[in-house]
Amino acid sequence: MSYQFDFSFLAERWPDFVAGAWLTVQLTVVSIALGLVVGTVCALIRVYGTRWMKAPVGVYVELIRNTPLLVQIFIVYFGLSSLGLKLSAEVSAVIALVVNMGAYTTEIMRAGIQSIQRTQLEAADCLGLTRLQTIIHVVLLPAMERVYPALSSQFVLLMLASSITSQISAEELTATANLVQSDTYRSFEVYIVVALVYLALSFLYRFGFWLIGLVLFERKRKLGTAL
Amino acid sequence: MIQLNANHFIYLLQAATWTLLLSLIAFVGGSIVGLAIALLRTLQVRALRALASGYIQLIQGTPLLIILFLSYFGLGILGYKLVPIVAAGLSLTFYAAAFLGEIWRGCIEAVPKTQWEASDCLGLNRFQQYAYVVLPQAVKLAIPPTVGFMVQIVKNTSLASVIGFVELARAGQIINNSTFEPFVIFTVVAAIYFALCYPLSLAARALERKAHAGR
Repeated sequence: MSYQFDFSFLAERWPDFVAGAWLTVQLTVVSIALGLVVGTVCALIRVYGTRWMKAPVGVYVELIRNTPLLVQIFIVYFGLSSLGLKLSAEVSAVIALVVNMGAYTTEIMRAGIQSIQRTQLEAADCLGLTRLQTIIHVVLLPAMERVYPALSSQFVLLMLASSITSQISAEELTATANLVQSDTYRSFEVYIVVALVYLALSFLYRFGFWLIGLVLFERKRKLGTAL
Repeated sequence: MIQLNANHFIYLLQAATWTLLLSLIAFVGGSIVGLAIALLRTLQVRALRALASGYIQLIQGTPLLIILFLSYFGLGILGYKLVPIVAAGLSLTFYAAAFLGEIWRGCIEAVPKTQWEASDCLGLNRFQQYAYVVLPQAVKLAIPPTVGFMVQIVKNTSLASVIGFVELARAGQIINNSTFEPFVIFTVVAAIYFALCYPLSLAARALERKAHAGR
């Protein structure tokens, strides 16, 4: 093999990669936060809601989980704009990622919420907690603690999946790579660099979620046992 | 501008068969490599375990899109002609292998330790232990999550469109380029994906329920 690897484009273009990675981080942090909210609300509805509230949430979850993110992104970006709703690539990307994330989070959180026993709610009632206090301290936090490993790996998967938004030219990391490789013709090297950046990001995210878990779940931090 | 017509839908359905073919390639290839990964992960040799685990970390920490670009351009560098289906098949195989390997490792480890001990006592060698005692039990546990993962494979074949492989998502883009009706077209494309994936999801759930009922 006579191929000469050439990473010299990095000397000039590294700020582009940093900017791309930064937009990836911004996109995904916003999407994760909003997706968690959507998913948590939907999960509460799926467990405690009336039948009429449960049905549309069920349809939403099944529709999203059984179609590709790429097509969802196309529907939001190209589809909505053809119906007269013009959105920028970044906003469309966030909407599609939140809708997608929400569906997966619903299923994960639902499993957590269903694992909270009825007696816990009765005990909270006896202690005179308000409805909101019960939902936050008795239902959601313990539920989240139980499914936290699944949640955080779903968050990392979302970060990796955000690369797909490059297809509607949101200027994140993968789109940056596409741009640099079309300027320099060093396709293979460019994607190796970007793969390494994603790898680093996914380790960083895992570490970050581990830290957040420590802060969020006081009981676990102090006792060190699973709930 | 061309009006949407029945031919467009026939074209989409034809493209869907390519989606299915690519899914099949990914599943078969991913199963073979994935089984090797799962076995390496459960062997006693530390170096082999580390190798398999490094592979899983690497693939699961990189977007499939980037893996696709790397195999597409990488094959070009190695001097092969850039055939999208080869690059797509390879990437999805690597991708599926990492996830299936991890799922199946869990299933192998979920077989009770006493089964290993009992087969040890019966004088079975390592190969016999795997072939006659552990793997048959692990397969039973592995079926529901494996069917569930097939949904991911079918959905992820849509990414092959970025390297020019004409499957369902790419066919939708091509039609959209001439008709400019993205909302209708991509909704139809999504509906076809749903028709492919939802039965698999239902099957996975039913198998899961059956597996739990038996316990």
